[in-house]
Amino acid sequence: MGIHAIRLPDIGEGIAEAELTDWEVKPGDIVKEDDVLAVVMTDKAAVEVPSSVAGKVLELGGEIGELMAVGAVLIRIEVDGDGNEAGEDAATAVETPETAQSPAPATKPEPTPSTTPVPPPSPPAPSPVARAKGTKPLAAPSVRARAREEGIDLRQVPGSGPAGRINHADLDHWTASGGIQQGQITRGANTGVEEIRVIGMRRKIAEKMQISKRQIPHITIVEEVEMEALESLRAALNAKHKGERPKLTLLPFLMRAIVEAVREQPGLNARFDDEANVIHRHGGVHVGIATQTPNGLNVPVIRHAEAGSLWDNAAELTRLAEAARDGTIKLDELQGGTITVTSLGPLGALATTPIINHPEVAIVGVNKMQIRPVWDGQQFQPRKMMNLSCSFDHRVIDGWDAAVFVQKLKTLLETPAMLFVEG
Amino acid sequence: MTDLTCKLLIIGAGPGGYVCAIRAGQLGLDTIIVDEAAPGGTCLNVGCIPSKALIHAAEEFHRITAVNDGPLGIQASAPQIDLAQTVAWKDGIVNRLNTGVSGLMKKAGARFVQGRARFLDGKTVVVSDDDGEREIRAEHIVIASGSAPVELPFLPFGGDILSSTEALALTEVPDSLAVVGGGYIGLELGTAFAKLGSKVTVVEAADRILPSYDKALTAPVAKRLAALDVTVMTGAKAQGFAEGVLQTDQGEVAADKVLVTVGRRPRTAGVGVEELALTLDGPFIKIDKTCQTSMRGIYAIGDVTGEPMLAHRAMAQGEMVAEHIAGHAVEWDKRAIPAVCFTDPEIATCGALPGEIEGTKSSEFPFMANGRAMTCEREDGFIRVVWRESDHAIVGIQAVGAQMSELSAAFSLAIEMGACLEDIAATIHAHPTQSEGLQEACLRALGHALHI
Repeated sequence: MGIHAIRLPDIGEGIAEAELTDWEVKPGDIVKEDDVLAVVMTDKAAVEVPSSVAGKVLELGGEIGELMAVGAVLIRIEVDGDGNEAGEDAATAVETPETAQSPAPATKPEPTPSTTPVPPPSPPAPSPVARAKGTKPLAAPSVRARAREEGIDLRQVPGSGPAGRINHADLDHWTASGGIQQGQITRGANTGVEEIRVIGMRRKIAEKMQISKRQIPHITIVEEVEMEALESLRAALNAKHKGERPKLTLLPFLMRAIVEAVREQPGLNARFDDEANVIHRHGGVHVGIATQTPNGLNVPVIRHAEAGSLWDNAAELTRLAEAARDGTIKLDELQGGTITVTSLGPLGALATTPIINHPEVAIVGVNKMQIRPVWDGQQFQPRKMMNLSCSFDHRVIDGWDAAVFVQKLKTLLETPAMLFVEG
Repeated sequence: MTDLTCKLLIIGAGPGGYVCAIRAGQLGLDTIIVDEAAPGGTCLNVGCIPSKALIHAAEEFHRITAVNDGPLGIQASAPQIDLAQTVAWKDGIVNRLNTGVSGLMKKAGARFVQGRARFLDGKTVVVSDDDGEREIRAEHIVIASGSAPVELPFLPFGGDILSSTEALALTEVPDSLAVVGGGYIGLELGTAFAKLGSKVTVVEAADRILPSYDKALTAPVAKRLAALDVTVMTGAKAQGFAEGVLQTDQGEVAADKVLVTVGRRPRTAGVGVEELALTLDGPFIKIDKTCQTSMRGIYAIGDVTGEPMLAHRAMAQGEMVAEHIAGHAVEWDKRAIPAVCFTDPEIATCGALPGEIEGTKSSEFPFMANGRAMTCEREDGFIRVVWRESDHAIVGIQAVGAQMSELSAAFSLAIEMGACLEDIAATIHAHPTQSEGLQEACLRALGHALHI
């Protein structure tokens, strides 16, 4: 038996340390080669660290939330044969039981195990009713059949059994109480406070937001855009290419409009290095798309939106958004944006105050589209209207330029033919 | 021939169709079921049942062959097998079951019509046989036409190139047999012929056999295949066959016969499903929670509706559809469908594999630590439970080991009843049996296994 220490590997990208966000194993666990040991977080991507050996976990090298240097010992694993740490550790491991023994007969040394087996701690007791979202309620087939016949939605019924399992008595109770969950009628004060450590992705988001808001004096402009023409063009294109090309959302059109608008105002498609006081105006328009993922906000970047067609950009957007949501997105797909779009779709509200994605200098916020009455000079007309809420870095962009940019976006979106006419 | 009308017409008398017919008959629905072959479908005629008969015969033969080398102190003289007689015995079982199924349907009041069925429209089917044609009009139609083995264009069935159907009817043990496709059908039959004395080579395109299972589950099977002197070529593609030689991209394989088991495709073409323009899901007919297709009044069950292509799934669907048509409040709410590979050792699975569902963990108990397994000379394999960390609910159970097929009932029952680790851990499991491994795997998950 030997001890094998696995060190935090060089994850690349010139990263010197990474935050430990999850342990997949605990001391006493048996691990196989290639089993995932831990998850560490670099700038934005989560990286799984696999085991290079098979054996038993002896010791974890850090706590969740801790920043670990590349090369630091991540975990110690007891392996068959010699480990890579045979020296001092093995020696102390052998000595410990002997020193712990009271005067042992020197003639007959006890066989000393290299480590005393530690029983794995029992998992925490299951909570009574809490049911994870999306999981089916636990109930025997006869209970499920009865619920169906009586028209009871089992997802609503609290189960009294282990793991929240619903039994016939629970159904009786549910029916007798008129289908009202016990405890809903009386409202008691809830004095519980849950502590949630801000680690990993959430901490990165927090830091990023703080930098943006602290360093950048934001100016936000909200403008109203009439969407009738664009929406009918979009519907026509989608109908024409139904089934053969990806369905177009508003975003590819908006990207197109941004590309056109920054052609005249290159100062908005830029990254401002505020330490060196240098603005980098980029030729290529790399549009970041704020995307909600299970872990929090992510901003995948569509490279060279100026070079892609509507459908190219739509397909790339879908690919990146899916990769961001399922966590397979690569680090370099989350970096290097020159301007960002944030859209909450139907949740988009009337107006927002978007926070610029530092070190960019502008962000375009898309609000909810809805039919609103518009005065056409004689009467009110129902029109599809949508607001744009755009924020700019006021250190390097004047209000005038910001307003010109927003008006340009408005004109392009209201007269979509201009998006595609050269000059 | 006279035209017929009925309330429910079922196309295909396989496990899905005949169960649907029996249940419909019990519920008093005027039911007609059509098939061109004897009732029982692929499963009974050329699938599950005959293959298990052949596997049993091969196992008995092999047991005697190998007993001299074993530790039991038994000596036996070299056994002989007359495969033609084995096949005749197997055919006898099939015939008995054909008759049994016919009797059950008749007793329930369903009418069996032999012939080829073809849709005329959504309410009418033409059934033809050698004597002519007749139309059957029905209020509800259930498509249960099953599946057929996939043919490879460069290895067309016929002559020495066999599908599973022909392999089950061989009357002589081939000296050498190449099995193209290392899924469960190919491995079950390949193992049987290896035990009967054939030199068997398995040609699998994926990087390992039974690629839909995890490596731990398939490792004991791979080990046993090696012990039976079966050559397993992985990452290999068959290319053609001529004069006793199978060409592959990894070299030539000498083979008197070639068994092609590369999957099964839904049998929709012959039934005229295309003309109905039903919504499909890939090559399969798309169904909803009550097995209804996109056309009102037309249902589909079994292999034509997709994976897993298993007889017991079709049976459960058939039963449910009959009840649905009779007006019962039913829908497909099964939590898990068990699956068994009758390889050696057998693999039984139900529910999720480790890592398939987020927030789950798994723990296993090896038969090496099980007394009963030792007394059967079968210490290979293990039982494994997959459980949800938050509430200990069991979401998957897998086992690999001798006779695991018979234990699979415990697996599906546990999951269907919503059992958690504590339930199985606190249930007395008879000693000495391999089933103790299930209890121990749960105890182990709770951190207090007793026998490991």
